[in-house]
Amino acid sequence: MTYIRPEFRHPELPTNDLGYTKQNYEGSISTLCAGCGHDSISGAIVQAIFEMSIPPHNIAKMSGIGCSSKTPTYFLGNSHGFNSVHGRMPSVATGANMANRDLIYVGVSGDGDSASIGMGQFAHAVRRNLNMMYIVMNNGCYGLTKGQDSATADVGSKSKKGIPNPFEAIDLAAVALQLGATFVARSFSGDKKQLVPLIKAAIAHRGFAFIDVLSPCVTFNNNPGSTKGYEYVRDHLAATNTVDFVPMREEITACYPNQTSEEVTLHDGSVVHLCKMDDKLNVHSRQSALNMMQEYKDDGRILTGLLYMDPDSQELHENIDSAKKPLRGLTESDLCPGSKVLDNINESLR
Amino acid sequence: MSKKFNRTPLVNDLVVKFANVNGTGSASANNMFAKALFRMGLSVSPKNIFPSNIQGLPTWYEVRVNDKGYLGRRDGIDIMVSVNPQSMAKDIQEVVPGGYFVYDNTKPLDPRLMRDDIEFIGLPLTQICLDEYKDARQRQLFKNIIYVGALAALINIEFDVLTGLVADQFKGKEKLIAPNVHALELGFQYAKNNFNCPLHLTLERRESNGDKILIDGNAACGLGAVYGGATMAGWYPITPSTSVVEAFEKYCNRMRIDPGTGKKNFAIVQAEDELAAIGMVIGASWNGARAFTATSGPGVSLMSEFLGLAYFAEIPAVLIDVQRAGPSTGMPTRTQQSDVLACAYASHGDTKHVLVIPSTPKECFDMTAQSFDLAEQLQTPIIMLTDLDLGMNDNMSEPFEWDDERQYQRGKVLDADALENMTERFGRYLDVDGDGIPFRTYPGTHPTKGSFFTRGTSRDEYAVYTEDGSAYVDNMERLLKKFETAKQYVPAPEIINAEHGSSVGILHYGTSMHATLEAADLLADEGLAVDTCRIRAFPFAKEIEEFIEQHDTVFMVEQNRDAQMRSLLVNECEIDPKRLNKILGYDGMPLTAQFIVNKVKQKTAVTSNVKPLRRKTAGN
Repeated sequence: MTYIRPEFRHPELPTNDLGYTKQNYEGSISTLCAGCGHDSISGAIVQAIFEMSIPPHNIAKMSGIGCSSKTPTYFLGNSHGFNSVHGRMPSVATGANMANRDLIYVGVSGDGDSASIGMGQFAHAVRRNLNMMYIVMNNGCYGLTKGQDSATADVGSKSKKGIPNPFEAIDLAAVALQLGATFVARSFSGDKKQLVPLIKAAIAHRGFAFIDVLSPCVTFNNNPGSTKGYEYVRDHLAATNTVDFVPMREEITACYPNQTSEEVTLHDGSVVHLCKMDDKLNVHSRQSALNMMQEYKDDGRILTGLLYMDPDSQELHENIDSAKKPLRGLTESDLCPGSKVLDNINESLR
Repeated sequence: MSKKFNRTPLVNDLVVKFANVNGTGSASANNMFAKALFRMGLSVSPKNIFPSNIQGLPTWYEVRVNDKGYLGRRDGIDIMVSVNPQSMAKDIQEVVPGGYFVYDNTKPLDPRLMRDDIEFIGLPLTQICLDEYKDARQRQLFKNIIYVGALAALINIEFDVLTGLVADQFKGKEKLIAPNVHALELGFQYAKNNFNCPLHLTLERRESNGDKILIDGNAACGLGAVYGGATMAGWYPITPSTSVVEAFEKYCNRMRIDPGTGKKNFAIVQAEDELAAIGMVIGASWNGARAFTATSGPGVSLMSEFLGLAYFAEIPAVLIDVQRAGPSTGMPTRTQQSDVLACAYASHGDTKHVLVIPSTPKECFDMTAQSFDLAEQLQTPIIMLTDLDLGMNDNMSEPFEWDDERQYQRGKVLDADALENMTERFGRYLDVDGDGIPFRTYPGTHPTKGSFFTRGTSRDEYAVYTEDGSAYVDNMERLLKKFETAKQYVPAPEIINAEHGSSVGILHYGTSMHATLEAADLLADEGLAVDTCRIRAFPFAKEIEEFIEQHDTVFMVEQNRDAQMRSLLVNECEIDPKRLNKILGYDGMPLTAQFIVNKVKQKTAVTSNVKPLRRKTAGN
């Protein structure tokens, strides 16, 4: 198999509002296993950002270490990316965001990267409400080191080795809710229809937008007995809502009959349009989200969709009252108080 | 004065030590004492000797005074001011014969503690406060001011200078001035009325301090970061570095508020740990901001993995390591220079980091500001090695200076125009200029050109992942070339040659400077002239190697057990270890000149003056 992508593209590829084709948002050819859920998520990110007409260089891709964290090579090739240290992407993203608040930060991580080695950094990025989208490509196992159970593997779930996992799983979506995340969603790599609008809403959200995406590992954790395999997930999915992301000033598409709908307006005027499958969930209540997730879990089902959002959230820059313009653009005249001020400081030290 | 002491009056040469309980407000009184002496034109070097504790444990404040400009410690306490019964027995033992023990005699002293070779000066501090003040906190706080007043009478501190300091300290809270001056007077009058003032140790005004300032190194670093253009600090509190970022924040709140919007032209994030702190710095620097962190040894250990990433992926970062004593938690409130190797070679794999090493607050300021230039010019972490002694104690220093024409050196960065006009392919790790330093781009610069994927994995010159061994080797060799280039940018060593030169050379760095330079004077007085060379950076300049070559006997003075700078010299300059004699003081206290003099004399006596009794084989 060749890893060189053919240069040829159809001359009449559709363009977005900026005149870019989808090609402008693609990355290198993936070297992940054929059928890996992560590649579908990469595809969903490309589609979402293409459709949102975001200039590719206005995105910064951040990742840690692992199969998931390799994926930024495979999407948004015209965006800068940073494949950092295992479990430490949140801190690098925090610093990057402090330097330039005008960029859009797309973080991708895995269940090993976020629920084990990087649990602390994940928790603190959530509680600071760092303005970024944070996707965990969750396959319940360590792929790059050949299939060890991860901390999100369900109790009793069997990986390819066939040994049931004896430990309680960490549910990152629930953890994020408890830590004060202002946007929490769960989806499935095989459900692009749900995932693409969720990504759009997460990007438009001001603050920490977390999406836990179940993304089966076809090589090490797609066997009977695994609760993170394609078959199991498809059989146990339950969507709480379908989501439609509507950019500012566009018409809202209709729901199917017999569904109630709700519109949530974001800070920039865009709208998240929810078509509710289950009226019990109140997306503005953490408690409601946690209860529903537990209820579905007890029932052996996986609740997906937008679980919680706070459209009025204050992100980190607002909380520390930093300048509206990017700090990295400031120059000597903004930053250096000069020799006269220094002379006064000297005088005060005598 | 008692007749039994045969003393000759001594002017401007004494060590006063205050024995206090921490959390009782003694620090501001003690600082006032040191500052008064500084304002009298004398050389002062105050040292806080404090516990890792907030309230209730013994803490000391030691001030050496002289008029020769010496800022190192000196052994022997001439006057002990004791207000802490817990440590009294030990404190009494520390006073030199003929010295003074000033204590609170409200309660009688345990006769078993008495010494007949020192003089006991009793001040009824508690009783005076009980009589004067109703409030318990006032009784505690003013006790400290009263003993400063008493000292003014005992050793001739100019009273006007003290009242001037009180006025400065309570600017804006004027109603506190009179009570404090009154407390000073209470102590002054008691001493005048009850003792034959002044003692044989006295102070006299000198005009030798010129425009010098008195400030701690950490505050100087924080100020240097403001002037150096830092906009982001990620940090985690750890003694003795905490006050670096606190000072940065204080100065930023005064000088970095946008006049138009009232918003902050800086971002400080208190991280969850040191790993996150350096991660934030690396993220911000990658994104084009000037960012820094401050930590101490345990933090450096935690930051090491990230430092390796920044080295290999070539991301600027500034790290101020305020060294403390020991491995593990060690002695967290004592000083040492024991992170040299941990910093020079931080992280796994082949790594080397640029170190800059200040000795004074002025250098803390200059080198912090310069570190941001160096980090961006060299695209690598710059680690400043300071220590608790410099960082947390007030140090006398030349004043800060800034050239208003100075432009920040942002290094090799391609902007949107450069990318637009570029005909060849952009190679993030391509050595275009032959100095080992490639060009970088900031995220968000150009819609379709100049993006790359930053990673800690091996890659080729175009930042494309590769496991090709030769590409890896080429890259590592380029990093070495870049390290060589760094030599021309980093602070040069400071070499001081004796008048007619000497065959004996002493290498030193950081806070070992004060004791080393004083030792050189003392040795010269005894007829042994020595040359000195102060190392101010790693990679080592050629002059340092030449200094070693040019001297028959070379000493390396440092404050650690394992002679870490010596190891670095041996390793990097391929110097015969036998050429470098170790002088190592690492008990957690700043070095004294006498300690160095003794070590030098031991060695030079063996090699030059004394004929060995029997010939030894190699290694002697």
